[in-house]
Amino acid sequence: MASLYQRFGGGLATIFIALVVLWLAGMVLAPNLMMVDYALRPNLPPAQIGGPNDVYSLDNILYLANESVHRSIFFKTIWASALVAFITFLVCYPIAFWLAQRATMGQAAVAILALTIPFWINEVLRTLAWYIILAFRGPLNALLLNIGVIDAPVRWNGDGGVLAGMVYAYILFMLFPIYNSIESLEKSQIEAARDLGASTWRIHWRVVMPHAKAGIATGCVFTFMLAAGSYVAPALLGAPGSRWFTEIIYNWFFEGGDWNRGAAYALVLLVLCLFVVLATLKIARVNLTDVAK
Amino acid sequence: MSTADRIARWMFTAYMVVFFAYLFMPLLVMSAATFNTSRFPTVTPWQGTTLKWFAELWADAAMWRAVWTSVVVAFFVVLVSLPVGTAAALLLTSLHARARGFFYALMVSPLLTPGVVVGISTLVLWRQLNVGGGTFLIVVAQSTFIICYVMLMVVARLQRFDRTQEEAALGLGASRVMVFRRIMLPYLKPSLIAAAFLAILQSVENYNTTLFVRGFETPLTVFIATKVRTGLTPAVNALALIMIVMTVLGAIAYEIARRRQAAAKDERS
Amino acid sequence: MSHSVELQGVGMRFGATRAVGDVSFTVNGGEFFSILGPSGCGKTTILRMIAGFLQPTEGRILIGGKDMQGLGPNQRPTAMIFQSLALFPLMTVWENIAFGLEARGASKAERRKKADELLSLIALEGYGDRMPGELSGGQRQRVAIARALAVEPQVLLLDEPLSALDLKLRQHMRAELRSLQRRTGVTFIYITHDQSEALAMSDRIAVMSAGVLQQVGTPRELYDNPATPFVATFVGETNAIAGKVTDVADGVASVDTVLGLLRGRMARSVKAGDQVKLYVRPEALSGSIGENRVSATIDRIDFEGAFGLAHGRLSDGAALVASIPSTDLANAPAIGAATSFGFETRHAVVLPDG
Repeated sequence: MASLYQRFGGGLATIFIALVVLWLAGMVLAPNLMMVDYALRPNLPPAQIGGPNDVYSLDNILYLANESVHRSIFFKTIWASALVAFITFLVCYPIAFWLAQRATMGQAAVAILALTIPFWINEVLRTLAWYIILAFRGPLNALLLNIGVIDAPVRWNGDGGVLAGMVYAYILFMLFPIYNSIESLEKSQIEAARDLGASTWRIHWRVVMPHAKAGIATGCVFTFMLAAGSYVAPALLGAPGSRWFTEIIYNWFFEGGDWNRGAAYALVLLVLCLFVVLATLKIARVNLTDVAK
Repeated sequence: MSTADRIARWMFTAYMVVFFAYLFMPLLVMSAATFNTSRFPTVTPWQGTTLKWFAELWADAAMWRAVWTSVVVAFFVVLVSLPVGTAAALLLTSLHARARGFFYALMVSPLLTPGVVVGISTLVLWRQLNVGGGTFLIVVAQSTFIICYVMLMVVARLQRFDRTQEEAALGLGASRVMVFRRIMLPYLKPSLIAAAFLAILQSVENYNTTLFVRGFETPLTVFIATKVRTGLTPAVNALALIMIVMTVLGAIAYEIARRRQAAAKDERS
Repeated sequence: MSHSVELQGVGMRFGATRAVGDVSFTVNGGEFFSILGPSGCGKTTILRMIAGFLQPTEGRILIGGKDMQGLGPNQRPTAMIFQSLALFPLMTVWENIAFGLEARGASKAERRKKADELLSLIALEGYGDRMPGELSGGQRQRVAIARALAVEPQVLLLDEPLSALDLKLRQHMRAELRSLQRRTGVTFIYITHDQSEALAMSDRIAVMSAGVLQQVGTPRELYDNPATPFVATFVGETNAIAGKVTDVADGVASVDTVLGLLRGRMARSVKAGDQVKLYVRPEALSGSIGENRVSATIDRIDFEGAFGLAHGRLSDGAALVASIPSTDLANAPAIGAATSFGFETRHAVVLPDG
């Protein structure tokens, strides 16, 4: 702090600190603390707030543990998000490698531009595009019927649709961290491995991937977090049987009218995401500083 | 070339084709559907080519209100997040190593928080102050994490800043405020412009956070998502197509500007 | 006459380490004053204290007789030229030069006029609208000087500004700096680790080592009468021969060394029985003359242009360097041969050891 004052002088430094405090305390910490407060209190009519029944308890969180439908949706959201992260990784890794190691400068510039364009377009529209493609009478079914792969139109909406839309939505969050980390790998290392007789698989498994560990971990963490917290893809591409945890939370707020339970559910989601993020980074030995770039 | 290599090469080419098809097919299908007469946006069957959906979009007052809401929100988000993000970046780069780690973690935490949680936590806090969802809360909630992006972009540029410039200016008699205005701000300008762009984009495109704090407001993303439930017509595709074209033009312009700048730099050195 | 700069017992601590301790000297107004020392000797710290970027933890600094305690760099009559130059890359050359005037609230016309004046002073007329990135290294150098002079400082502080230039340009800039200083009459305080640079340009030099001031004097004084072993060895080349004082008379000490009894002038007072070193410059050694004689074996002779440097070993195994004018190289001793070198007593300096 002292160095900030020394560098910018009293007036500016005070303004800077005030702005940052306003953000970190007022917009980051306070809302989350209030959410915890909500999560631990019962949902009471206004008259009883502050009364003898208004006590802290874990009831709202235990409700989730005991409600079998919600619980199973919660666990499904976790593993489905992990699956999204894994599939996105499989889809992105080859092209990231090609971009970072094989493509010429010109090819890479064009490819990166091509990759970025779909992602300048907002997530709702991207999901909408999938909604149109996967529609019961939509182009995908028409195509497959035409070439004779299927005999009758398929209802894609549901888990399959959500997966396709989410992988599509988060490609860039996976691709760029991996690309950045592979780019710093010296070409000679790959050549040396090849020279020593390693197969392509072995080169990737033993040389490229360990080097790109930080990027892979970052990409997976972000994709998981975005998937678990997504609302639009499950809402548009899902089916009643493929509900996402965020939809349950939304319902507590705007249909069930129980903000306390909704806050408890959101808290569980937050804790889960932070846990997954920190655990993955710890396992991959990646510093938080290297994550956000 | 061995057979294995040839197969590998063929497989890679196939993968590239599928990858880029996966990337662009949805956008092409969505754009094409704009010109189909069919009431539901699709390309199969093709019922006839038309431009009527642009006209319908033009006449859709609700859509224009949604656009306006998004523009107002984005404007205020930029207004909030640029100064705060810059202040955070300056604070962070002026701190000593240990404190920096802590503040860094705190400052990027909104990025690691699911979007719905950012919306919900903002909503419950402001209910205590009797402020309900609406434009104000959308701005607050979006800024909470958009500030992170601004901060990261400014930090990236600050790390390459030569601090003797500040000393040189002070040594020539400049006040701290003048150093900031004449040396620091011009230096940060490119990253601030880029950050403003990103902030606008993030703001307009946001759905997960906005959904919880929107109150009775309907920004563009919410408008489109609602349309899917209440009766989607290709007018929405027309909107998407306009946005895609603007984006592509913007991306190309940005790329040209970047290359020109790079070329100018090469010439100089 | 420009302001003088006076350091009174100045010291600087960074936490537990003491970067500079108890330094006192006075730089006269209008003087070209250098602070010479190896990197890490504290010379940059002293400069930054004079400029006001650092506040000394001990002692006082007076500029023009006024105590500078607590004044920031923007409140002192100094201007600094940085090692990296620190030109503002996003401003044109003339905006760079006029920045100090802008800080003083001068109008644009005034600023432009002053910038043009300075551009002609540094022989860069017509370069005002270029960007610093479009200039050569030497041109940037001159812009940095003009920018500092624009605020009409009483004292100009230069932090090794020539170190990034190549040899030819550096030598040219030395002359240019010197003449600029003469013309402007501004007090220059120049930091360098290059002793030839300091010797060539300065009116006076302060030699620093490990945060301690070793000696202040004119280049000739430092060279001929070093006050400490550090100055003797750091300023110019020298040969050191260890021994014990046997006798002192008329400012001349007789020193008993393994090479025999040698005599030299006492730069500081020593008495019989003291452990001392006797310092002899390479150019003072001669094959033919000198009342003191030592014998050495020549290993090699490096030709340096104007002279050759003969590297040899004394009979006790210590190294010896003698310089031989190129015109005499034809008569140089043969390599591998034992040769006798002589030096005159007035060319040798005796200093207490340690």
